[in-house]
Amino acid sequence: MTAPQEMSVGEDDRVRLAPGVMLRQDRVRNHWQLLGPERVLILDEVALEVVRATTGQPPVTVAEAIDALAAQFDAPRTEIAADVREVLADMIAKGFLTR
Amino acid sequence: MTAHCSTGTVLEPPLAILAELTHRCPLRCAYCSNPLQLDPASRELDTATWCRVLDQAADMGVIQVHFSGGEPTARKDLETLVAHATGAGLYVNLITSAVLLDRARLERLRNAGLQHVQIGFQDTVADKAELISGFPGGHPKKLEVARDVTDLGLALTVNAIVQRHNIDRVDDFIDLALGLRAGRIEIANVQYYGWALKNRGALMPTHEQLIRMDERVRARLPELKGRLVVDYVVPDYYGKRPKACMGGWGRKFLNINPSGAVLPCHAAETIPGLTFDRVTERPLADIWANSAAFQRYRGTDWMPARCRSCDQKEVDWGGCRCQAMALTGNADNADPVCDLSEHHGLLAGITSADGGTAEVPFTYRSFSL
Repeated sequence: MTAPQEMSVGEDDRVRLAPGVMLRQDRVRNHWQLLGPERVLILDEVALEVVRATTGQPPVTVAEAIDALAAQFDAPRTEIAADVREVLADMIAKGFLTR
Repeated sequence: MTAHCSTGTVLEPPLAILAELTHRCPLRCAYCSNPLQLDPASRELDTATWCRVLDQAADMGVIQVHFSGGEPTARKDLETLVAHATGAGLYVNLITSAVLLDRARLERLRNAGLQHVQIGFQDTVADKAELISGFPGGHPKKLEVARDVTDLGLALTVNAIVQRHNIDRVDDFIDLALGLRAGRIEIANVQYYGWALKNRGALMPTHEQLIRMDERVRARLPELKGRLVVDYVVPDYYGKRPKACMGGWGRKFLNINPSGAVLPCHAAETIPGLTFDRVTERPLADIWANSAAFQRYRGTDWMPARCRSCDQKEVDWGGCRCQAMALTGNADNADPVCDLSEHHGLLAGITSADGGTAEVPFTYRSFSL
């Protein structure tokens, strides 16, 4: 699915968890999730790595997060960049992340 | 969890619990969904019992707790309960009227781990809001507290409670939420339970009002994407498909009332013949899995034959049991909102009698009718 233009994320952007959003490991259900006001988003492996790489401390740009993930997974940067931008656009549209 | 529900699938733990800490509330809203028979302060669970229940909830896999009421900030131990829930690993929501809050207390609650504050707004115009709530001065106080909520970095939800007197201002509610920097708005058309059922003839909008509101909300949705999360609850009396009330009876949520009774939904006490277990008598996980009240309408085995053969049975789970009770006199019936129900014709009579725009005197919420 193509994200609407206004949700698209540039490599110079920085993203952070929206107010009231937290990353949590659910030991009963055995997955990671983002929790927000009255909401739960279950994260697959890719989404979890994207959230960790883009919202950690110290803050990084999207470009820096992509570089780090490309190195970590020894994968082509263009592929990683596409995944990251798709995940971020979706999470911004749903209100879990903000720029 | 190893318990099974009647459809043979494994019973999942609840996602969230609604903890009604008290029925005390300074507001007297005519649309309140609390029961007509309110629990007095003398019957409220104490701090230690709530802490034990919060631990049990976290252990069984509950993810979020909603501290609600009544007005939960009327409890002096709210900070203790928020800290305890947070320590147990629960995400903490506060559902409040905000009129008893100030910045200092909000800061203490945030420091205790509170993540999200939902403030109910009765209208966007002060005197009209205060006519519904019966609480003079409430509206400006809510605005002040809402600004403090976002200033302190907490998530804010504007809960817009919509009925005939404010339904034409749904755009103003959305603008209010944007102006307050809320992350989320609930456009909550009044559902007719408790005090709202009693006041149905003073609250229900006309079909024309509803259609206008729906057009306005849908027109705004594209521009709100990524800015404001919209949860939209439509009034189902004018509908044809019932809501999946509570995501299905005993499937996703449970409710604990001020005196510790564990309910599948906050209106379940209106169904005669159900008995509710108490957190003071039985562990929460055992109640969730085995309590007779939860088993009664869990899954699809309880359904009338026509519902059991319907391809929507695991979509809407038969709609709302309390609504079936309130409108047909029997909670075992299909929700009459469903146009396949033999009782669906009742709704046309109710909406033509109760739907309107006139000002009808409210029966305000109170401890003694």
